[in-house]
Amino acid sequence: MKRVISVIVENEHGVLARVVNMFAARGYNITSLTVAPIPNSEFSRMTIMSEGDPKIFEQIVKQLYKLIPVYKVIESDDFIQKEMAMIKFPLKEVKNNLADIDAIARCYNGKISNVNDKHVVVSVVDRPDRIDNFLKAMMAKYKNLEIVRSGVSVIER
Amino acid sequence: MKMTGARIVIESLIKENVEVVFGYPGGAIMNVYDELYKQDKFKHILAKHEQGAVHMADGYARATGKVGVAFVTSGPGLTNAVTGIATAYTDSIPLVVISGQVPTTAIGTDAFQEVDAVGVTRPITKHNFLVKDVKDLAFIIKEAFYLAKSGRPGPVHIDIPKDVTVASTKFEYPEKIELKTYKPTYKGNKRAIKRAVEAIKKAKRPVFYIGGGSVLSGASDIIREIVKFTKIPSVETLMARGVLRYDCPYLLGMVGMHGTFAANMAMNDADLIISLGARFDDRVTGKIDEFAKNADIVHIDIDPSQIGKVVETKYPIVGDVKLVLEEMMPLLFDGIDTERYKEWRDILNRYQELYPLKYKDSNEVIKPQWVIQKTGEIAPEDAIISTDVGQHQMWAAQFYPFTYPRQLITSGGLGTMGFGFPAALGAKEGMKDRVVINFTGDGSIMMNIQETLVGYKYNLPVINIILNNNYLGMVRQWQTMFYEDRLSETDLSDVQPDFVKLAESMGAVGYRVSKKEEFEEALKDALEAKRVAFIDVQVDRREDVLPMVPPNSPLKNMLVFKEDK
Ligand SMILES: Cc1ncc(C[n+]2csc(CCOP(=O)(O)OP(=O)(O)O)c2C)c(N)n1
Ligand SMILES: [Mg+2]
Repeated sequence: MKRVISVIVENEHGVLARVVNMFAARGYNITSLTVAPIPNSEFSRMTIMSEGDPKIFEQIVKQLYKLIPVYKVIESDDFIQKEMAMIKFPLKEVKNNLADIDAIARCYNGKISNVNDKHVVVSVVDRPDRIDNFLKAMMAKYKNLEIVRSGVSVIER
Repeated sequence: MKMTGARIVIESLIKENVEVVFGYPGGAIMNVYDELYKQDKFKHILAKHEQGAVHMADGYARATGKVGVAFVTSGPGLTNAVTGIATAYTDSIPLVVISGQVPTTAIGTDAFQEVDAVGVTRPITKHNFLVKDVKDLAFIIKEAFYLAKSGRPGPVHIDIPKDVTVASTKFEYPEKIELKTYKPTYKGNKRAIKRAVEAIKKAKRPVFYIGGGSVLSGASDIIREIVKFTKIPSVETLMARGVLRYDCPYLLGMVGMHGTFAANMAMNDADLIISLGARFDDRVTGKIDEFAKNADIVHIDIDPSQIGKVVETKYPIVGDVKLVLEEMMPLLFDGIDTERYKEWRDILNRYQELYPLKYKDSNEVIKPQWVIQKTGEIAPEDAIISTDVGQHQMWAAQFYPFTYPRQLITSGGLGTMGFGFPAALGAKEGMKDRVVINFTGDGSIMMNIQETLVGYKYNLPVINIILNNNYLGMVRQWQTMFYEDRLSETDLSDVQPDFVKLAESMGAVGYRVSKKEEFEEALKDALEAKRVAFIDVQVDRREDVLPMVPPNSPLKNMLVFKEDK
């Protein structure tokens, strides 16, 4: 089972290493991880997507709390989840379908964000499962894509 | 007043009422040692090896309940300390370990004696710090002591770059400390406590499962009172020996791999296990799928991550064992029917009669268990007992008559050979008026025997009783039982030092004992000797530790004594 937790940590030396080491040392998975400071505070927010049964999640949360700089661990079934993805298409693959691609990207809160003489770059922002669908569709249709996913970010509703 | 970082370290330790630091100097920590030289408020004990220094600080902490403090230099000093830190970590012992580091300007350049110290100690400390600015130093030291001893205790490591010890700032030691991100829960939830009390009153086959957390929280007195009143059968883990007196009628003995049959069957057959600061370690539970299949669990622990980690817990209570039991006691005593448990007690007593702890004594050879019992008869009741790791450790835990908590000092979680002797020296430093005896093996003692010189120099007369079987005995036992007696690299008979001469060369006194009468004489002499002593007792080589739960077997499949089968 995949789950997302949001971890509020003190901005201090080595805190990312502490969190990541804990996962590695105990054999827990990290599917995706994003970190950035929370504006106007001494905290950062880490958003971690992980996989495992509920018992493992219970341990993950408790072990996170055990780390001294961890302020709060937010687990919720009611997160707004967003992830960004960027796809780079070779221009010759898509040059006859640009309108199509742009239209589909718009359905995923995205657009064509850059075009040059070799490539077209599309970026989209949406729920991770919808990003999965979008990427699947693109990969089925076009070849030689370069894909970058940002990892999920969440906020409580 | 402005002070250098080095001076701030010393002044902060004085503020923490530190009495003694165990350590070893070197380049990166020289400024701190220079300030140490100029003060006379606390003592420094120069170990012979950093591992020894940290084990001494650990033994001091275990015996006194105070925070143990150690100094080491950067690089190899710190890496030598690692085993000591990890040993303290697995047994939740409060330490503050201060290491020197290369200057901040050199960090990351692979400088001479640079290692990523906080990277190395991160997984074996409760918390660690790299001090980058002298202005943070006093606060960090305060925080380190607070973290080490509060909540679930543990070692805290502070890494101080050399230039930070030179830089100066105004010294202000914080009076109080409050951390936004760290607030341990001491008081148990009232409703959870009530529910647990009801469960105990309704149970037919309850058992108190007493762990090391009971020692750390100082809960021995109240546990004794509760056990006496409720007459609930009780078992102790290795880390909890002495919480109940050895002669308490409701104590079934130690639980786990080398626990008593009755203690393990109590866990196996219970309908309610009340865990008091224990953590369901694999050496206790045996095969986990078959552990306590019919029991509900009450789990009292200050560390929430221990609850539900190994076993499903119906009655979780996060809190300090002592404080929770103080809340529980009046509720529990009110209307409890202790006759309810009588049938259960009778069954367990019957197990105790059928399969008591025992050994076959001999007049030709000395049995190691006999040595431990004899020591228990001769040594004062309040003697502190430390052990190394192996068969001798288990025999000490089984056969020594423990009478109070903190009496047994042993590396339970990590099982560190070489721990016993330096820990005993640290314990003696903290408890000068006590006799301190280390039960050790011919393998283990060689790992830190250099610390004899510390005992000599600082007048810490610790008695080492070497149960010398000329084997790495515990490994030999497993080879015999599970590897068809293929004794791969465990026979030490051709690699024994002359312990008497070795002792004498380092200012200690040595005895070689191969007859029972000689042992009594040697021990009595050693008790008077006022010097570190080594009693090299030649014991029956092939004695096994029994009973035994084979690794990864259910508790009920204990191997018992041959004649009892
Ligand atoms: C540092 C370390 N290395 C290896 C081991 C594995 N080990 C556990 S018990 C043991 C044998 C100990 O021999 P000895 O000290 O003579 O004690 P005995 O079992 O013979 O009583 C060994 C090698 C250990 N626990 N610690
Ligand atoms: Mg041996």
